[in-house]
Amino acid sequence: MEVGKTTRELGLLQTGDSIMSLTGPLGLPTHIENYGTVVCVAGGFAVAPVMPIARAMKQAGNKVISILGARNKELIFWEEELRSVSDKLIVTTDDGTYGRKGLVTEPLKEILESGEKIGLVVAIGPSIMMKFCAKTTQPFGVKTIVSLNPVMVDGTGMCGCCRVVVGGQTKFACVDGPDFDAHQVDWDLLAARQHTYLEEEKQAMENWQCQCGKHS
Amino acid sequence: MPRQEAAVRAKNFEEVALGYTPAMAAEEASRCIQCPKRPCVAGCPVNIDIPEFIKAVREGKMAEAVTVLKSKNALPGVCGRVCPQETQCEAQCTLLKQKAPVAIGRLERYVADWERENKVAIPPGAPLPLPTGKKVAVIGSGPSGLTVAAELAKKGHGVSIFEALHVGGGVLMYGIPEFRLPKEIVQNEINFVKSLGVDLVLDAVIGKCDTIDEILAEGYDAVFLGTGAGLPMFLNIPGENANGIYSANEWLTRTNLMKAYLFPNYDTPLKVGKKVAVIGGGNVAMDAARCALRLGAQEVYIVYRRSEAELPARREEVENAMEEGIIFKFLTNPTKFLDDGKGWVTGMECIQMELGEPDASGRRRPIAKTGSEFVMNIDTAVVALGTTPNPLIAATTIGLKTTVHGTVVADETTGKTVKDKVWAGGDIVTGAATVISAMGAGKRAAADIDKYLMGKQ
Repeated sequence: MEVGKTTRELGLLQTGDSIMSLTGPLGLPTHIENYGTVVCVAGGFAVAPVMPIARAMKQAGNKVISILGARNKELIFWEEELRSVSDKLIVTTDDGTYGRKGLVTEPLKEILESGEKIGLVVAIGPSIMMKFCAKTTQPFGVKTIVSLNPVMVDGTGMCGCCRVVVGGQTKFACVDGPDFDAHQVDWDLLAARQHTYLEEEKQAMENWQCQCGKHS
Repeated sequence: MPRQEAAVRAKNFEEVALGYTPAMAAEEASRCIQCPKRPCVAGCPVNIDIPEFIKAVREGKMAEAVTVLKSKNALPGVCGRVCPQETQCEAQCTLLKQKAPVAIGRLERYVADWERENKVAIPPGAPLPLPTGKKVAVIGSGPSGLTVAAELAKKGHGVSIFEALHVGGGVLMYGIPEFRLPKEIVQNEINFVKSLGVDLVLDAVIGKCDTIDEILAEGYDAVFLGTGAGLPMFLNIPGENANGIYSANEWLTRTNLMKAYLFPNYDTPLKVGKKVAVIGGGNVAMDAARCALRLGAQEVYIVYRRSEAELPARREEVENAMEEGIIFKFLTNPTKFLDDGKGWVTGMECIQMELGEPDASGRRRPIAKTGSEFVMNIDTAVVALGTTPNPLIAATTIGLKTTVHGTVVADETTGKTVKDKVWAGGDIVTGAATVISAMGAGKRAAADIDKYLMGKQ
């Protein structure tokens, strides 16, 4: 999914091309356990990290209910991959062009209201989506894990760029996370820090598009 | 040493020190009286044969000067720039009490630069011996790792350096600014180490992608830990996570390694406001402040809780900073950061300090003066309080002993840790120190590793 300059550049690569540097896996792995029933919520591009988590939860003996949501039909991908590792899959689009019209929080709320015992909710996607999933599950007291995506530089704990506040404590998302207890996260701080370079990101994109224009 | 003028250099990232001309080098080299006692050699953490290389410079035998220098020091271009010679070799110079010590550091730099500029590849003295068949894994390509690798390669051992970042050099690349240590020089010296047959593996985050035990299981006969002290310390005061507040590590890494000063040609910018406060008084704080100026800040402050006399930074760097117009606020300690309600820092509440009796570090203890609170209006802050070792290695290595500060316990003379086949040196053992002391530790560890590998222990 292409968002800014770098993802667009990546999108232009062909099979056989190379990039300068790749490392990982970094951070702590997602904790997998038999919770009984796990609800996995994937917002847009986040079906990529959610799918292997859903698969591992299923393999650990959980009943897995997955919710896959995106703004529109074009942004839905890996639907069959996620379906194949879930007991049930609900697909939503904000504009109704595919699946059920609405936000992922709506089917999530319905599942919780149905009285079915949910052991864990895993919600990954844009920060605002994770925040609202957390707000949705909080009144029901269901443990909810999110994967935080602040701006990162080295990913190994050397700079503190990725600092988030969870339960009132400062954590480095790159080494202490990326998974954290959703109900403890300072969402406002995360949003503010993610927006630090909005201006520069826009400028980089404009410069690049201008350059591309010159060469095409 | 000729330098760029303060007003000019405060706006560019080019090297501040301009280096000796051949005439200046010859003149300075002639000052050395080649005294028989040679106290300078013992003052050098890697025991360079100082009188010998200086004599070669005096006689115009530059290739010989390079050979003498590089037989003991694999990174002379680096050391000639960042070593605190004034407290090491030069402090021991026989001429110290007369006029002034011989400018050994300047001469070292001159020789290293001569080799690089003349593109003459001079072999490191003796030719490389036959391969011993032994394999050593060096973790970290900073000064200690590079030194261990060079020393062991010169003895014929097979060496692989595992570096977490995408480029080698460690703090030489991400920490020390371009205007003090040009990155081209660092890469040039790393290429020399590689030319000895050392394999540099990048993007290898040991402690995460692979553990030390996994490396040993791959067949390495010995491991050296040179991962430094890269974990930043924060003040832990309210408001410290607001936008515009950086650790010095992030500030320097974005600026020097990721070339923030060349945005948008590089995609990794830094948000620099008009009024920058750098909290701390060491070399890193000076570096961060001087980078802030060059990145376009209008006012840059060093905020330090003790007085000028206690500043741990090299005197030369403090003077450079003062000349460039950085404002020093001594006996000042931040207590809280203020923000604009939208997550951006707008001010720093501080309290004035006074000095009491010496504390554990031997320096007079700073004590807050009640009722002296005031607010500094700033829009950017850099926290340069120091660093401790990144816990990744210790956390994933069974049997390694660490202290409460997170440093690895190792023998002072040999660098040997309590874990079988594992040595350590540099900042991971001492906490944040200097490039040259890391190199000295690297030399001692390499000597001990060599003895172990050849069954001579």
